[in-house]
Amino acid sequence: MSAPVVVAGASMAGLRAAEQLRAAGHTGPITLIGDEPHMPYNRPPLSKEVLAGKASFESLAFRPRAAVADVEWRLGTKVVSADLDRRRVRLDDGGTLSYAALVVATGMRPRRLRCPGPLAGRHTVRTLADARGLRAALTRPGVRVVVVGAGFIGCEVAATAVALGAAEVTVVDPLPLPMAGPLGELLGRALLRRHEARGVRFALGAGVTGFDGDGHVTGVVLDDGTVLPADVVVESVGSVANTEWLDGNGLDLTDGVLTDKHLRAGGRPDVVAVGDVARFPNARYDGVPRRVEHWSIPTDTAKHAARVLAAQLGGAEPEPAPFAPLPTFWSDQHDFRLQSFGAPALGLDDVRVIEGGPDGDLLAGYHRGGRLVGVVALGGTGAAAAAARHRAELLKTPALTA
Amino acid sequence: MKVVVDMNKCQDHGQCVFAAPDVFRFDEAGRLAYVPDPDDALRDEVEEAADVCPLQAIRIED
Repeated sequence: MSAPVVVAGASMAGLRAAEQLRAAGHTGPITLIGDEPHMPYNRPPLSKEVLAGKASFESLAFRPRAAVADVEWRLGTKVVSADLDRRRVRLDDGGTLSYAALVVATGMRPRRLRCPGPLAGRHTVRTLADARGLRAALTRPGVRVVVVGAGFIGCEVAATAVALGAAEVTVVDPLPLPMAGPLGELLGRALLRRHEARGVRFALGAGVTGFDGDGHVTGVVLDDGTVLPADVVVESVGSVANTEWLDGNGLDLTDGVLTDKHLRAGGRPDVVAVGDVARFPNARYDGVPRRVEHWSIPTDTAKHAARVLAAQLGGAEPEPAPFAPLPTFWSDQHDFRLQSFGAPALGLDDVRVIEGGPDGDLLAGYHRGGRLVGVVALGGTGAAAAAARHRAELLKTPALTA
Repeated sequence: MKVVVDMNKCQDHGQCVFAAPDVFRFDEAGRLAYVPDPDDALRDEVEEAADVCPLQAIRIED
């Protein structure tokens, strides 16, 4: 039997890659290898519905397409190394697998704070097991919660913790406003106000230097010496790419796997990267390779990479248009939603209110060179619909540089 | 082709409307409306709509 396409990583990106390989006409064997014991599941509810106890695992599991009923799933198994010249990967159960093509879909893991103090009581949110553990801690009566990192996951977890009835919820971040990095000051200020009005406290412009406690965390030490009492700490301070297993193959693994405009890695036609581990140039914008952790990216990357790979495996010479997805993301916090289309981070120096105001529904436009490159809505579904009306215009955006 | 949307899960993200505008739309009240038995020629875009639903609320039953 011919060697399979090996998909390293059996989460959303891996599943979509397998499905899209079939959709692109690849009929040969496919093997997916994933370190979690579960079939692929949807992660956004982990910081919201799962933490709140409103979603079962069954409701999170993806329904794989019928076309991938014949693929082999090796779950609870990890790829530990790869020899790309010999087209071989080694697994943590001691086995090796030869491949016809390799799909890198190993994703990210949470970055951890390295300052001194006990580990017990400190949580991250990436997997179902993480979310279940955090829920058990958050639902104890009178719990005091400190969330380190005011990004998307941190703000979502803080909102959920307040709704669960935590006694105190404080978000710590070195920046002066929540989510200021990706969204800028205008949205950051509006978000801060809304979170505070719903009971979230903030310690902004503050770094964490350590954790108090003997065995279990009892407090978070800030760089001005303040100690925030804490029974539960959530670390939401970014993520680290799972690429160590690719070391020694000459790939650029500085931040994820660097790919070309067709998501191929290291100039190899038989190796592609998909999902948030892929650092790819987006032909719609400036061509600078970036990793993108939006929920839409596993599906977008899988579709393009699978077409490229299926053509390669079929002996064809495809010249498809370069990968140029329209980024989109959302975040549900308290009773409001953030909805974005385009690339607001590229237009942070020129942010304008398109509709509404800071206290009601708000639609902000992000511009570069005077041109709209992204919109972000904050508020109810009406605001999100207003953002969607700009989607067609954003889709017309040609590359900013040739 | 038979399409079923779990309206208890749907949170009006509208990604399906972008992916398959011939099958999914928002009605005047802003609620999702859809064609439950679209022509099989629309299968690709309906599959795309099911893929991009953040709540994974769209099921295709053959």
